[in-house]
Amino acid sequence: MDLSLLNSFHLDVLKEIGNIGAGNAATALAKLLNKKVDMKVPQIRIMGFSEVNEVLGGAETPVVGILLSVLGDISGYILFVLEQSAANTLVNILMSKKPDEELEYNEITLSALKEVGNILTSSYLSALSTLTGLNIKPDVPALAIDMAGAILSVPAIEFGKTTDTVLYIETEFIEGEDRVIGDFFLVPDTESYIRLLDSLGAMC
Amino acid sequence: MTDNIIKVGMADVNCTKHPGVLVTLGLGSCVGIALYDIKIKTIGLAHIMLPWSHQAKNNANRAKFADTGILLLLEKMSEAGASLKNIVAKLAGGAQMFSFSGNSDMIRIGQRNVEATKEVLQQLRIPVISEDTGGNYGRTIEFYSEDGRLMIKTIGHGIKYI
Repeated sequence: MDLSLLNSFHLDVLKEIGNIGAGNAATALAKLLNKKVDMKVPQIRIMGFSEVNEVLGGAETPVVGILLSVLGDISGYILFVLEQSAANTLVNILMSKKPDEELEYNEITLSALKEVGNILTSSYLSALSTLTGLNIKPDVPALAIDMAGAILSVPAIEFGKTTDTVLYIETEFIEGEDRVIGDFFLVPDTESYIRLLDSLGAMC
Repeated sequence: MTDNIIKVGMADVNCTKHPGVLVTLGLGSCVGIALYDIKIKTIGLAHIMLPWSHQAKNNANRAKFADTGILLLLEKMSEAGASLKNIVAKLAGGAQMFSFSGNSDMIRIGQRNVEATKEVLQQLRIPVISEDTGGNYGRTIEFYSEDGRLMIKTIGHGIKYI
C-alpha cells in the first residue's frame, strides 16, 4: 500500500495514536521536571525527502536527539528531539543542580539524557501497546547532539529503501506559554502503520 | 547575493553556473557529491541517501542513490555545457549520527554511501580531489562556482574549506 492511499480517517486514527502515546510521555516528563508540560495536537507528516530537513525550525538548529528502534509486532523508529536548553534543564534537575546551570556534556550527563529518552519513549510505546493490543517494545536508546536535519535524516534513510515518502507522527511538547521544548516522532515502516491501523479496526 | 543560492534537499540533485552557490543543510549519513567543471565554472551537487539503486525495492527516484544520482547529475551538468574530462569531485557527509550497539546495517550506512560514491566516481574516472567524510557529526555544505570551494560547517567541529 502506498502512503498516498491513506484517507483522512486513517490519518485521524494515526493522530490519535500520537495523542495517546505522547500524552503518556508528557505526563512522565512533567513528573521528571515537576512542571506542567502540555502537548500540541499531533501532526501526521507525510513528506518527500527534500522536505525532511526543514522540520523542527530549520535543518541547522542544534538539538538533542534520542533514537530507538521499535521492536515486536511493529517495526520502525521512535525519535525524541529535545531543544538544547530543555535538555540542559532536564539534566540539571535530575542531577539536583540549579536548572539554569551550564551543562557540560560528559559520560554521566549523556547517560542521564539517554535515560530520560528511555523513560519517555517507553511511556509512549507502552500506551500504544495497551491501545492496540500489539506487542511493542523499545530497543536500547542512542543519542546524538547535532543539527536537526542530520538527525531526522536517519529514520528517513531507512524509508528510502522502499518508498519516496516518509511518515512521521509528530507531537510537540510545550512548557509555559508557548515554548516548544521537545518533539516526538514515531516513524513506523510501511507494514507497521498498516498493522497499527488494522489493530484498531481502521483498515477495511 | 542571496539570489544565487540554490538549496539541494535530500535525494535531490542540482547544478548551476557562475556565480551560483549550491547549498545542502544538515547532511548526516547522506553524502554530498560536489562536482566542478574547472573550465566553465559550472557546479553540480547531489545529495544521496543510499549506496546502490539495485539494492533497493524502489529505485524510481534516481537522485536517492549514489550510482544513479551521480549519473543524473552528470546528465544535468552536460546539458549545462560541462564535459566529463574537466570535472573533479569533492565529497562531504557519510557520518554515523547515532552509535547503536545492535548490528543493524543502518550503522554503516554513511560509510557505505561514501564507498559506493568513490567506486562510481572511479569508474567514471572523475578524480576526488578532497573530502570531509565520516565522523559522527552533521555537516552543512556550501559549494561555490567561483572557484569550486566547498565550505563545510559543523556544530562543535568548526568550519573548513576543502
